[in-house]
Amino acid sequence: MHLAYPAVLAALLFCVGLYGVLARRNAILVLMSVELMLNAVNLNLVAFDVWLRDTLHAGQAFTLFIIAIAAAEIGIGLAIVLMVYRNRGSSDVDRLRDTAETDESAPAPGEAPAAAGEKAEATA
Amino acid sequence: MTTTTLAVLVPLLPFLGSAAGLLLGRRAPGFVRPLAVLPTLAAAVLAVFVAARQGGGKTIEAATQLTPTGSVPIDLALHIDGFAALAAVLVGVVATCVQIYSTGYLRDDPRYPSYAALVSLFTSAMLLVVYSGDLMVLLVGWEIMGICSYFLVGHYWETPEARAASLKAFLVTKLGDVPFLIGLFALAADAGTFRIDGILGAVAGDGLDHPTLIALLLLAGVAGKSAQFPLHTWLPDAMAGPTPVSALIHAATMVAAGIYFVARLLPVFASSSAALTVLAVMAAITMVGSALAALAQDDIKRVLAYSTIGQLGYMAGALAVGDRGAAVFHLLSHGAFKALLFLAAGAVIHAAGTNSLSAMSRMSGLTRRIPDAYWTMTVALLALAALPPFAGFFSKEAVLVAAEHTALGDRTVAPAGAGWTVLVAGLLTALLTAAYAMRLWLLAFRGRGAEAPDHGRQPLAMTTVLWVLAVPSLGFGLSVTYLDDWFDGHALTPTVTTAVLGTGIAVVGALVTYAVWQRTRALAARTPLGAVAAHPEGGAGLVEAEAIAGHAPAYGDIASAPDPADPGRVLLGPLHRHAATGFHLDAVYRTLFVRPVQAGASLVRFLDREVVDTYVRGAGTGTNWLGWLVRRAQTGNVQTYLSALLAGSVVLAIAAVVLANVAAGA
Repeated sequence: MHLAYPAVLAALLFCVGLYGVLARRNAILVLMSVELMLNAVNLNLVAFDVWLRDTLHAGQAFTLFIIAIAAAEIGIGLAIVLMVYRNRGSSDVDRLRDTAETDESAPAPGEAPAAAGEKAEATA
Repeated sequence: MTTTTLAVLVPLLPFLGSAAGLLLGRRAPGFVRPLAVLPTLAAAVLAVFVAARQGGGKTIEAATQLTPTGSVPIDLALHIDGFAALAAVLVGVVATCVQIYSTGYLRDDPRYPSYAALVSLFTSAMLLVVYSGDLMVLLVGWEIMGICSYFLVGHYWETPEARAASLKAFLVTKLGDVPFLIGLFALAADAGTFRIDGILGAVAGDGLDHPTLIALLLLAGVAGKSAQFPLHTWLPDAMAGPTPVSALIHAATMVAAGIYFVARLLPVFASSSAALTVLAVMAAITMVGSALAALAQDDIKRVLAYSTIGQLGYMAGALAVGDRGAAVFHLLSHGAFKALLFLAAGAVIHAAGTNSLSAMSRMSGLTRRIPDAYWTMTVALLALAALPPFAGFFSKEAVLVAAEHTALGDRTVAPAGAGWTVLVAGLLTALLTAAYAMRLWLLAFRGRGAEAPDHGRQPLAMTTVLWVLAVPSLGFGLSVTYLDDWFDGHALTPTVTTAVLGTGIAVVGALVTYAVWQRTRALAARTPLGAVAAHPEGGAGLVEAEAIAGHAPAYGDIASAPDPADPGRVLLGPLHRHAATGFHLDAVYRTLFVRPVQAGASLVRFLDREVVDTYVRGAGTGTNWLGWLVRRAQTGNVQTYLSALLAGSVVLAIAAVVLANVAAGA
């Protein structure tokens, strides 16, 4: 099989993942898009490993590493998203703007008390 | 104890007393008075001992090197000749009198401890100047006196007059002290030593290279300290201080320091006839101008201040004709009677509740309230007017005789022109002095009108001192035949010509003033004038401070009052307006120095506020704007950051590829 097919497929997959990371608003979908990008990389690694006939199969070894790390990452990521959702009642990435620089250093009125109330609710 | 040890103790004791007074003043108020009076008294007694042992004989010299400087060494040296011994006695006695008087005068003053300590420090510095045989050590005492004068003139610093006067005194004397310091260095560089005996030896030996330059530079400092024209303007304003301070510093001792300094180094000045001529002209202008100004003053203490300037002019005149014996003789007798005049004036101000002569001339019975001040002041005014047999007569005659001898060519130390200048100015001033002394006496003690308020008797400390000082004012002149052994040795006795001329002129001046006063006194009743202190029952110091502060608001000016019954106004005629302001010298200085300095200050202020500060503020504003721009990028949205990251990576990748292709193509 020609190298172009898996490479094009990997590039398409990566672009889909990149679009999802940059444009989706749901945090879970963002995480899924990250997985897509990782898998595009995996596909590339395996394809080039075969194509280069590497005797040590470094590409396949890397792929295994990435799968393990991706599993750990998605576990922590989902836990964070879950906590954010419990705290805020939403996992919309566009609304997680607490680190934004505003002219007045205090948070906008109305937002902070609501967040505090939800937090209290979540811990109870 | 040896004479040297005694002489060292003389300046040291008041210094220790002052240090102890400053340290213990607040914690142990009971010790303040003894600490003020006893060291000064002991120093006076020791000074008398030293004078008795020295006896006008051989000069006592003792020195120990203070510090090696690499070029001209500085020594702690004593140089006690007849001049130093007698001047130290005067300083000690007057300072003791003033300290005792102050215990009564400033009895209720909350700042008495620091006041007494400063007076002690001042006494110590003056004694150092008198005894020191090294010009650098002398300069230390000279400058300490300057700063003590600043503090003491500003004793009533709550009043703006006192603050302004103390600053003025300090700045004007410093204006003279800068050339003085340069002159000292030039003199030491020329003679190779700071020691007075070494300098006198160098002058007597090879002479100096630049005597005129050195003498003129030194004269600037002398004019500042001894209140000679054109640096005299601080002295009348310095009367904003308490009366004992005026008596000690601004009449008897500190202002005499300049005269004394010239007397010590007279050979240096005498080696330049130009310097002597300048000194003679300076003295003549000072004498006549200050006597005219004294005739126009309304504040009793300003009359005395101008009179001090005039008498210092006599001393400077004696020095200008090269007779330091006469100068120091007049210094001694003037120190006694002027201290008495000031201390008595303090009692008068306290009793009358005002320092204005116009107000006193509308007040009767002042003589009954303060008989001691009345009688002693009469004695002192007679001495001031130089009527025989009072002290001022003999000392002033000594000056006039020296001037006459120089003018007629019998003495060749100074040019004849200097002699004529001093003689003519001296005789004219004798006339004016008698006139203003008579005016002062008539206005203060021969007033008619409401009865003076009764504050009870003056404290014993104050009245005793007056009588103690009245003795030398009355009798010091009689020692004239004995005194010349202490000085250079030539006779100080009056001659018939000058005695008759001087006394006659003085009597004429007094009689004319009396006649005018007889005519003008009727006017006094028609124009009511007079304002007294707000708290006439308070302590003397308080009454005086209020009287000084109240003069300008009550009469429109600090120096004069609109009183048509003032004989001085009639005598001076159109000159009165100018004389009252000291011939507008202050206005001239204001235009020449104060205005340019203020303009320069506002320019510097503009440069600082508008130019330098703009850069400083600009640095802050620019950083703020930069921060504002960077903050725009911080949206808080992670996806925006990631997009920017991606865009950057893409740009970098494209750049790398393009560069690689370009490199490969090349």
